[in-house]
Amino acid sequence: MFFDSDLLMSALRALTPILLASLGGAICERAGVFNIGLEGMMLMGCFTAVATSWFTGSPWLGVLAAALASAVYSLILAVGAVTLRGDAVVLGIALNLLAVGLTSFLLRTVFGVQGTFDDPSLAGLPLVGGFSPLAYLAWAAVGVAALMLSRHVWGLRLRGVGEAPDAAATLGVSPVRYQYGAVLVSGVLCGLAGAQLALGNVTLFSENMTAGRGWIAVVAVMLGRALPLGVLLAALLFGLSEAAGFRLQGLGLPQQATDAAPYVVTLGALFLTTARRRRRTPSTSPSAGAVS
Amino acid sequence: MTPPPSADPETPAVELRGITKRFPGTLANDAVDLTVRRGEIHALMGENGAGKSTLMSVLYGMERPDAGSVRIDGREVVFSDPGDAMAAGLGMVHQSFKLFDSLTVAENVVYAAEPRRFGLVDRGAARRRVRELAEEHGLAVDPDARVGDLPVGLRQRVEILKLLHRGARTLILDEPTAVLTPGEADALFAVLKSLAAQGRTVILVTHKLREVLEGSDNVTVLRDGHVVARLVTAETSAAEIAAAMTGRAVELDRVHSAGTPGDVILDVTDLATDGVRDVRLTVRAGEIVGIAGVAGNGQSELVEALAGLRPVTSGRVALLGDDITHASATERRAQGLAYVPEDRHAVGTAPAASVADNLAMGHHRTSLSARGLLPPAAVRGHARRLIERFGIKAVSPEVPGSSLSGGNLQKLLIGRELAHDAPLLLVEQPTRGVDIGAVQNIHDQLIAYRDAGHAVLLVSAELSEIRGLADRVLVMYEGRVTAAYEKAEADERTLGLAMAGGAGGSAPVTQVAPVEVGD
Repeated sequence: MFFDSDLLMSALRALTPILLASLGGAICERAGVFNIGLEGMMLMGCFTAVATSWFTGSPWLGVLAAALASAVYSLILAVGAVTLRGDAVVLGIALNLLAVGLTSFLLRTVFGVQGTFDDPSLAGLPLVGGFSPLAYLAWAAVGVAALMLSRHVWGLRLRGVGEAPDAAATLGVSPVRYQYGAVLVSGVLCGLAGAQLALGNVTLFSENMTAGRGWIAVVAVMLGRALPLGVLLAALLFGLSEAAGFRLQGLGLPQQATDAAPYVVTLGALFLTTARRRRRTPSTSPSAGAVS
Repeated sequence: MTPPPSADPETPAVELRGITKRFPGTLANDAVDLTVRRGEIHALMGENGAGKSTLMSVLYGMERPDAGSVRIDGREVVFSDPGDAMAAGLGMVHQSFKLFDSLTVAENVVYAAEPRRFGLVDRGAARRRVRELAEEHGLAVDPDARVGDLPVGLRQRVEILKLLHRGARTLILDEPTAVLTPGEADALFAVLKSLAAQGRTVILVTHKLREVLEGSDNVTVLRDGHVVARLVTAETSAAEIAAAMTGRAVELDRVHSAGTPGDVILDVTDLATDGVRDVRLTVRAGEIVGIAGVAGNGQSELVEALAGLRPVTSGRVALLGDDITHASATERRAQGLAYVPEDRHAVGTAPAASVADNLAMGHHRTSLSARGLLPPAAVRGHARRLIERFGIKAVSPEVPGSSLSGGNLQKLLIGRELAHDAPLLLVEQPTRGVDIGAVQNIHDQLIAYRDAGHAVLLVSAELSEIRGLADRVLVMYEGRVTAAYEKAEADERTLGLAMAGGAGGSAPVTQVAPVEVGD
């Protein structure tokens, strides 16, 4: 049977990095910062996790360092988009490109190798009950984020900032502070996502190893309408398609074709949601905005 | 909630002394004094650019004055942001509301001052708080409604509730009635009066004379950054305030005499388009037909359909006897139509283009074109003639349209369209946001155009404008013409009722038979 509990288990394992990153993206989105730098932040997390685990021998320190490093890296977006009011899309793309170059460069200077660093003595994360500890953390984070966003004072203020920063400012809530907070949280979550990818899913670092997962996380934010539970469902869809890709490989399909599965699903999902949104929004009348 | 216990009732709620604020190139406020007694409704008036907004920004902590002091309840204060002002008991309702559309009324009201339980927003308490405040002040609104779904009048209530929840003792309202129906405006003033009776203070920033006369206790008038008059409302008149605002005598709310209608120029039969249905109207040469209605009841869509900017779904439009129902905007103009759209910045003009180019637009196809080319001398000459004829104040014809004041940009737009001498003029909101002085000029131009034998279809949300100019008045409500009046019947109360849907309007009204309006 093609769809069975094994497939679901491997889907759940595959989705952890995407889920963590897209939660970060969702929080940014709600705060009004369009974060497409998730990929780059994740990649920084991957490298930092591997390097720290290798030099300290502790994958836990690797996780911690990855979270910190990505948070610091995310400050580029916060300063650029929030303080300097730059274009968040341009900054996000810059973050992604810079991360590829920077981690490849560091791979060469720190480990003296090109392409992939892989060593049997590199300590990865242990499995607890069949899952990485970070997987449990990711699931818990969905609940916490959902509760915080919908019910906590901070969540209400964050949503207000994202929707109408001027209005929030007139009530004494600093949009800058909340947007910095959101970007930093997304940095931490992307760092954890990177650590999970490099010390959990596999135990190695290779150049550009995120391979578009950060972009898929961006799509998950859109599909899930920046709601934590929506993002969870979207991430599950991508996890399933990734797991199904592996399964198809086992059935003899070429790897290049099966690796494309998550991206095909992404395209399909984007197409479906845009089509649905089109239908729902009637052509806006030019005068609709002029009711002042 | 209550005035501070220590305060002597004679201490002014707000006292501004010698406020001076310079911006590069302008002196926005020059040693302005403003004293507002506790429990009064104080109107702050002035034309655009007189310094009202700057003064309120200084009071509310959004701008630092270059000189002068602010006293609240007798204590000198220095605000570095609106948060400080709010903490001192001030609250401001901005002209463009500062609300979160996707959040509920209760969430908007308690935002940043939330009742909490374990760090979470206590929604039950928030809801109860909104109900209590709403009941206490006669501001009924459903706490669970999404603000984005509410009509403008209710959104304004949410803004006021927000301030009351924070314990504001002094409320500043910036042009609060700009978006309200006459009925909603009356309801607002009832609320403001009851707030004042409780000892709260209201500062009303407005340019509408009528509501100042009816709703305020005292008036301070600014002109060019100076206080030019301090008046007790009961002892003044609209003419005196207007003269103070403009610096000269102004004839207000002039009702022009009726025109002498001739042949039918525009004939619309059973027209339907998005948000508009069953519209039947005619406009004759030598008359102005006014369309009254609260913004958003289909007037804009109707005019766009007539101008050729919006497809007609059914019905027939005839201009000078020719069917133009499906003609393009260009064809309609060639046939004899000129159009002044309501949004002069985005639709009516190109702000980045020069004054001369803006004046040439539309004329490029006809009088200015020389075998498809536009001779610069012709464009300049045309611009100079129009600038002179319509009294447009521009440094030169070469400056960009965006450098003109709102009133002058409007004169440019109206002048350009009048210069076509088209048999039919469609004109929307000709004086929105325009100073009193310029209003008079524009009205005179429209009347002169009518008297020259042209047909004018006028859409305006300003009742005094409709009453002053129109020979016949149609009222639009929910996409239909629900009432029609001759000039003499169209008093403010009747129109106001019809605009709020009071004319019933289950059946479309033919313009010939005026409809009885009852409560």
